[in-house]
Amino acid sequence: MKSETMLALYRSMLRIRRVQERIESLYLQDAMKTPVHLCIGQEAIAAGICLALEPDDSIQSNHRGHGHYLAKGGDLKAMIAELHCKATGCSGGFGGSMHLVDVAAGHLGSSSIVGGGIPIGTGIGLAMRMRRTSQVSVVFFGDGAADEGVLYESLNFAMLKRLSVIFVLEDNRWAVCSPRDSRQTGDNVFLRGADPDRLFTARLDGNDAEIVHETARAAVARGRSGAGPSLLVCDTYRIMGHAGCKAQEPSGYRDACEIDAWSDKCPVALYRAKLASRGILDEPTEAAMEATIAAEITEAFDFAAQSPLPHDGDLHKHLFSE
Amino acid sequence: MPWSQIKPDMDEPDYGRDNGLDGRRVTYAAATREALAQALSLDERVFVMGQGVDDPSGMFGASRGLHLEFGNERVFDTPLAETALTGVAVGAALAGMRPVYMHNRPDFLFLALDQLANHAAKWRFMFGGAAPSVPLVIWACIGRGWGSAAQHSQALQGIFQHIPGLKLVMPSTCHDAKGLMLAAIKDDNPVVIIDHRFNFKNKGIVPEDPYLVPLGKGIVRRPGRDVTVAAFSHLVADAYMAAEELAREDGIEVEVIDPRSIRPLDEELILGSLARTGRLVVADTGWKTGGVTAEVAALAAEKGFASLKAPVARVASPDLPTPAGYTLEAAYYVGKDQIKDAVRRVARA
Ligand SMILES: Cc1ncc(C[n+]2csc(CCOP(=O)(O)OP(=O)(O)O)c2C)c(N)n1
Repeated sequence: MKSETMLALYRSMLRIRRVQERIESLYLQDAMKTPVHLCIGQEAIAAGICLALEPDDSIQSNHRGHGHYLAKGGDLKAMIAELHCKATGCSGGFGGSMHLVDVAAGHLGSSSIVGGGIPIGTGIGLAMRMRRTSQVSVVFFGDGAADEGVLYESLNFAMLKRLSVIFVLEDNRWAVCSPRDSRQTGDNVFLRGADPDRLFTARLDGNDAEIVHETARAAVARGRSGAGPSLLVCDTYRIMGHAGCKAQEPSGYRDACEIDAWSDKCPVALYRAKLASRGILDEPTEAAMEATIAAEITEAFDFAAQSPLPHDGDLHKHLFSE
Repeated sequence: MPWSQIKPDMDEPDYGRDNGLDGRRVTYAAATREALAQALSLDERVFVMGQGVDDPSGMFGASRGLHLEFGNERVFDTPLAETALTGVAVGAALAGMRPVYMHNRPDFLFLALDQLANHAAKWRFMFGGAAPSVPLVIWACIGRGWGSAAQHSQALQGIFQHIPGLKLVMPSTCHDAKGLMLAAIKDDNPVVIIDHRFNFKNKGIVPEDPYLVPLGKGIVRRPGRDVTVAAFSHLVADAYMAAEELAREDGIEVEVIDPRSIRPLDEELILGSLARTGRLVVADTGWKTGGVTAEVAALAAEKGFASLKAPVARVASPDLPTPAGYTLEAAYYVGKDQIKDAVRRVARA
């Protein structure tokens, strides 16, 4: 892997992390009147996958979608404005934090129905096939979404038609307060017996950005060649609570030791150490990176604060395309 | 299935006289098929999917042989996965295609409701217009009759009517089956077409060239001065026959109107006719409570109250699942006789 790629991976993860931290630190002020689902601890997946994509490849995201949006090149100002439900938000204040979109960046939207984006991303893959492009369609979803039957239906169809769809399962082990083991029996049944020619599957360390990126590149190459879909199961962990900020996290449903153990596997910190030991990331480079990101985030929050709210009269505007 | 014993093949009522139509007569299935074939050849973004669209029977004939003409990539059978395949259609529409997803029974749309109601209907609004719209057509046919029972005969228009962001169409003539299908495919938004198996028994006048029947625009099928009957889908023909008989038997002149679309609803047509007659009967194959007849009756109360000379009467399916047994089924369904009773009631009131 080239050093620019490594730095780009690190920068993408760091930016997602810093944006999340700013949201978390300001959330209790109530200026962001929309539920937020932070992806702190899961940055390597969004960054690693999206760095393997071109701008015209598409992604389908979910309620925990800040990382996907930013990694795919979504506009930060428009995202922060949307969290403030402002007219300048990426969804004009109609969507809030769970419905980010940036069509120019190949982000065609996000559903807050768990699993809802899975067939839609599959259909985007079908359109790519019918239009004879070599684009790929990526769907991000959680282990909770993997409980839904629509995943099986979508995988089956993508395999049947050999669609260029990459299913990215972010296995963060929790669905709200339900542990994975109370909902699933280890590897899901649909993973067993899938013909490897029809479906490339991999279970990988989702906290290792390089592994994610390299696996994604293989899946993208497979998709572009017309060979068909991939399912990447990325092991990771949701460091923060399900929604809101840390201060709002209910206690008693998960073990503090578990959080600590996974905090030690922080994808950003691990990769920083790796790049430092390789001599690719020195202190001045990192300081400059942090400063640029901090300035960009401050600018985005200022933009959101100063932006107008939508008007009552906008309410009836967007139901139909005329 | 011996459908012929439930309703024989016949020419549809000669609305042509009133609607200025003349020319070739074809079956309802042929009209629908012609719309699909013309859409497929006029627009390369169009494709047709559905469980059994390439079967020998081809959706009661509506899609028969299209796969031979346009290839299996553009006309294809689907796995039995209504939820995902509806989402697949939504995704394909978002990415620039124009899918037509066909179901030979509307009941299966309950499996697809997540993608239809939670996704297709809301996608554009949810992103404040920043996401692409969803130019998607969902077509489903009510397969009433001969023991189909509770899970194969449901008239679900009331459910879809309720959801903002979906357009909803119910054709009643061969002419409109073609023109509304072409208009639905051309529309940039999700459109549900609910058809009725009884319509498929009809032959009517259908121009050969492609044409559009605008969504949301209804039509007067028979002018009359005494009572308005607003009827939907195959009940338009029943209402027309009822009107002809009532004119002969009772001297009551019924105006039969066919809104054709349920959403958007042609309020002007309904209120205009009500203003002329002062009396309204609404006839729909769906359930009464919270359904299409409830909505049209509410429209009359809300915006046409001054015109009303009598209470609105509703002819709708009873609030029960459909029974299978022949006698029970006959007791369940409404048609010409119930419409005649309702008209007599409001005419006297
Ligand atoms: C169909 C559906 N069921 C339930 C919910 C409520 N809900 C919102 S997020 C969530 C957990 C989802 O877990 P997972 O898919 O693992 O994603 P994560 O939140 O862990 O990132 C649930 C149950 C929902 N939004 N949609």
